[in-house]
Amino acid sequence: MYKYTIKRILLMVPTLIGAAILIFCLMRLIPGDICELRMAGEGAWVDQSAIDTCRENLGLNDSFMEQFGAFVWGFVIFDLGPSMWTGNPITHEIGLRFQLSVEVAILATITGVVIAIPLGTISAIKQNTWIDYVVRSFSIAGIAMPSFWLGIIIILGLLITTQHWFGDPWMPPIEYTPIWVDPGQNLLQLIWPAMATGYRYSAVATRMTRSALLEVLREDYIRTARAKGLIEKLIINRHALKNSMLPVVTIIGIEFAFLMGGLVVTEQVFNLNGLGKLFVESVLNHDFALTQALVMLVALIFVITNFIVDLIYAMLDPRIRYS
Amino acid sequence: MSASTEASLVDTELEELSDQRSLTEKCKTLARKNPLGAFGFAIAALMVFAAVFAEVITWHDPVDIAFEHMLVPPSLNFLLGTDQLGRDIFARIVYGARTALLVGITASVIGAFIGLVLGVASAYFGGTFDLLFQRVMDVFMAFPLIILALAIVSIFGGGIDKVIIAITVPFIPRCARVVRSNALAIREIPYVDAARAMGFSHSRIILRHMVPNVMAPFLIMITAFVGQAILTEASLSYLGMGVQEPTPAWGLMLQGGAEEYAESAPWVPIFPGLAITLAVFGFNLFGDAVRDTLDPRLRSQ
Repeated sequence: MYKYTIKRILLMVPTLIGAAILIFCLMRLIPGDICELRMAGEGAWVDQSAIDTCRENLGLNDSFMEQFGAFVWGFVIFDLGPSMWTGNPITHEIGLRFQLSVEVAILATITGVVIAIPLGTISAIKQNTWIDYVVRSFSIAGIAMPSFWLGIIIILGLLITTQHWFGDPWMPPIEYTPIWVDPGQNLLQLIWPAMATGYRYSAVATRMTRSALLEVLREDYIRTARAKGLIEKLIINRHALKNSMLPVVTIIGIEFAFLMGGLVVTEQVFNLNGLGKLFVESVLNHDFALTQALVMLVALIFVITNFIVDLIYAMLDPRIRYS
Repeated sequence: MSASTEASLVDTELEELSDQRSLTEKCKTLARKNPLGAFGFAIAALMVFAAVFAEVITWHDPVDIAFEHMLVPPSLNFLLGTDQLGRDIFARIVYGARTALLVGITASVIGAFIGLVLGVASAYFGGTFDLLFQRVMDVFMAFPLIILALAIVSIFGGGIDKVIIAITVPFIPRCARVVRSNALAIREIPYVDAARAMGFSHSRIILRHMVPNVMAPFLIMITAFVGQAILTEASLSYLGMGVQEPTPAWGLMLQGGAEEYAESAPWVPIFPGLAITLAVFGFNLFGDAVRDTLDPRLRSQ
């Protein structure tokens, strides 16, 4: 296990360096001068000295190697320089919103998993019956439905049902309350976006649970269990589910990293001040320093999540460690 | 498609169908075997029909702003109502199919084609080239599709052509990886060695001998990706960084006014979202059917 962990950590490094190079080069592909473009975007007459100061602040006068070094070093020491739009330190801007986004991501994961595992199990046990078809359609729809539209529909549904039952339209609170201040208020706000993103999540995981379980149910040891007269419930719960959870764990991990992508649109619908919204704003405001930092942050989360998933996988299945 | 390609693609299911029966009958058999796939194909066909014959189907202009009939509920004249600028939603959805298909199909085909060539080349040359190439693909895969697409849009700006580029780029490594793993198996087949012994050039071996044999994963990747590309285009447009007004696009129709008018005019946000869901749903079902027919082993992916 120890050797495997070290090997996986060493494999992470080239991917991360590659990601940093890719983002860095992408941002340098921008036609024209970043500072000029950013300031001209405001439509005002731009003073040359302002551009010079901006270039100086961003370190654009240094060589490419120096700039790249500063970019990578910034991630090591958690100092990513100032935002081009607000002027506040980027680390500060991210810190303000990190908690909200992570919380929605975790809630969405919980929603997704809680829906997916029972549904996928039922669908596999009742393969090719109407239950299976309903579950499969439900999950294909989840992959097809844009989460921002589902968000709009949820808001619309809330407005209409509360209007109907209480005579007063109700909307989720807009102000963010940290979970340790008031868990109820916090959940009332964040459960809806979590549901909107969690549906897609559950769809992917349901499909995975179903196909993994079907595969396991075809194995010899399941036949042995059946032959010795074990009741079906025990076969599924004790023997089949455990082994079929391996690919599901992987999917849950990978999707968690991709949730960060889903949040970009969901936060927009629910008007949540999270990382996704910050990312969209940074793109709209031509705040390249911030865009660059956020894209790198997502890659970092993705790589680390993958690493953790691989470790869990290796812990659950010893065959992986030794291969 | 050459005879050798078909030989590798055709599995028992298709062989049964390759007899003398008429085309409609063949389709019927396929549809009975895979009703969900047939349903998906019907939706995709309907969408193509709408996109091609948009002028014939609709009787309102999709970009014509008319304040005298804003937010009109669905009626015979305005089948799905009008939006906050008095534009016919039905017309905008039908014309929006054109935008969605243009982006979806172009991005999938170009992305899959580049992925195909890169993936086969990587498997064929192997060694250091393959190793390096794999690492580069890993790097691209470390970004969620929409994040990479947004980063690209932030550089080149919005608009339909830029959106196509932004969706194509993240798709290339995903396709290259699948094609590569298939091509690795093909490289081991003796006829590739034979071709090399004949002194054929690398490009000839890749294009004439290896590429035709990875057509199955190639076609699977294209059909599987169209739905995802449509979804990504809608997301980008919804965020205001994809297709720009006044071009009718489904994601754009959900932007701005749609939320504000949700309660008083629910038809404004409901119908474009339904169109997106239905289109992606159809293409995904169709893609699943194509995958099951061409290569059942890929099912778990």
